[in-house]
Amino acid sequence: MVDGINIDGAFFLRYLFNPPAILWQGLWLTIWISIVAQIMGMIVGLLIALCMRSRHWWLRAFGRFYVWIWRGTPVLVQLVLIYTGVAAAGFYKYPDITIGFFVLTGPLQAALIALSLNEGAYMAEIFRAALGSIDKGQFDAVKALGMRPVTAMRYIILPQAARIVIPPLGNEFTLLIKGTSLLAVIGIRELFGTIQQLNAATFRTFELFVIAAIWYLVLTSIMGFVQRHIEAYYSRYDPPLSSQTKARVKMRGLISAQR
Amino acid sequence: MSNTTPSPLVSVEAVHKSYGALEILKGISFDVSRGEVVCLIGPSGSGKTTMVRCINHLETIQAGRITVGGEMIGYREHNGHLLELPESRISLQRQKIGMVFQRFNLFPNLTALGNITVGPVRVQRRREAEVRAEALELLRRVRLADKADNFPSQLSGGQQQRVAIARALAMKPEVMLFDEPTSALDPETVGEVLDVIKELAAEGMTMIIVTHELGFARDVADRVIMMDQGEIVEIGAATEMFSAPRSDRTRAFLQSLK
Ligand SMILES: Nc1ncnc2c1ncn2[C@@H]1O[C@H](COP(=O)(O)OP(=O)(O)OP(=O)(O)O)[C@@H](O)[C@H]1O
Ligand SMILES: [Mg+2]
Repeated sequence: MVDGINIDGAFFLRYLFNPPAILWQGLWLTIWISIVAQIMGMIVGLLIALCMRSRHWWLRAFGRFYVWIWRGTPVLVQLVLIYTGVAAAGFYKYPDITIGFFVLTGPLQAALIALSLNEGAYMAEIFRAALGSIDKGQFDAVKALGMRPVTAMRYIILPQAARIVIPPLGNEFTLLIKGTSLLAVIGIRELFGTIQQLNAATFRTFELFVIAAIWYLVLTSIMGFVQRHIEAYYSRYDPPLSSQTKARVKMRGLISAQR
Repeated sequence: MSNTTPSPLVSVEAVHKSYGALEILKGISFDVSRGEVVCLIGPSGSGKTTMVRCINHLETIQAGRITVGGEMIGYREHNGHLLELPESRISLQRQKIGMVFQRFNLFPNLTALGNITVGPVRVQRRREAEVRAEALELLRRVRLADKADNFPSQLSGGQQQRVAIARALAMKPEVMLFDEPTSALDPETVGEVLDVIKELAAEGMTMIIVTHELGFARDVADRVIMMDQGEIVEIGAATEMFSAPRSDRTRAFLQSLK
């Protein structure tokens, strides 16, 4: 034993294998916020990507502006601005919203809005790249069959875009799960916030944050596993992507990972 | 009845098409009667692809009019100007015009059967079971009954093109457009696609076919249209045009294919 090292092994094992209820609650909050924000981010992202491909210049300009704003500023700033800032300026006070038995508190509303809109900007770029990589002949073929744009998107274009989108999407979701740890600053007791709270009561900082790291690792690893299965499903009908498309997707992955 | 000549199924009148300052179609006019097969020939860049794409409004036009079954395609006329129709209307018009592309453009995410049924089911909103039975019959006609569950990536070029023909036929179009249906194919699979088109001709399908296969044009075409530099140079029966072209440009073009 090196002198001065202070680790409480029993505390660590107890919190790891028999966590208190609030830790489970924090973990659950992290999971559902991530999933909801990712889904809303995908919807926003698809709409923004369609704006950027529109034949109207003002929609294209709006799309580019949106992406520029949300990617060009830190999530932390967006979060505080959308919650504290908006309330302080008196635009919106975030009253609780009750949905059945479930109460969506002000901070949760702000968190979902900020994360979804932010994620939307990144997903927009991913969808734009994916839609752009679909053969022009596909767009001719759907028109020649008399398909309306929404039908064509639903049955032909999006299924083809999906397989291109899934690798970077997994990447995005991993970043989003980790990013939820920022929500502690607006008082949300998700995984990180809960750990901080426990830390304030017990001062077992090292043990608690190793446990936090382990839980984030578990979540992101499960995500990676699910992603590989979805990827396999979507590539079932085709030989491997052309090396050019693959390189482009890889590039995108690298770029989106840099935040 | 004073007028006994039936009105043409497809009518192209003085169509002008340009990209910016570059005029690609310089006033093209021709008619196609119901049941007639017309082949479009001409040198590369003469505007054949552009012409057939205008017929189902995959390309806009700047002047002239195109009608199919008496209905003006893509536009309505207002004080002598062309006003583009709404998307919903154009989609309806396209349903009666089948198109087969040079590079097939099958949907890679659907099986051969799925490619054929998606139009009737999702566009025409017909019952799936009924459409499926028809699609299997179409696959049998193009001799691909055993490939129903294969994805396009698992089919040869010739097989993909035959699925593409079946996909267009499934919409029960009044006229079929073909843009060089065999020029992206390996030589050994060209014949199987041409045979399918010949059968359609024998069944009385109205067709406009861009092709470089003169032997095929001679076999199926009621009339051949020779285009060059955005103009029609000559229209006539295949046998006459190929043996005794009236125009020097036709003669030069036919010579270049020998
Ligand atoms: N999107 C476009 N923008 C500008 N010019 C175009 C465009 N598409 C076609 N063209 C031009 O229009 C002309 C006619 O092209 P088109 O493809 O109709 O010829 P084609 O007769 O089908 O030739 P080919 O036998 O090579 O297929 C060509 O000069 C081509 O360069
Ligand atoms: Mg062409």
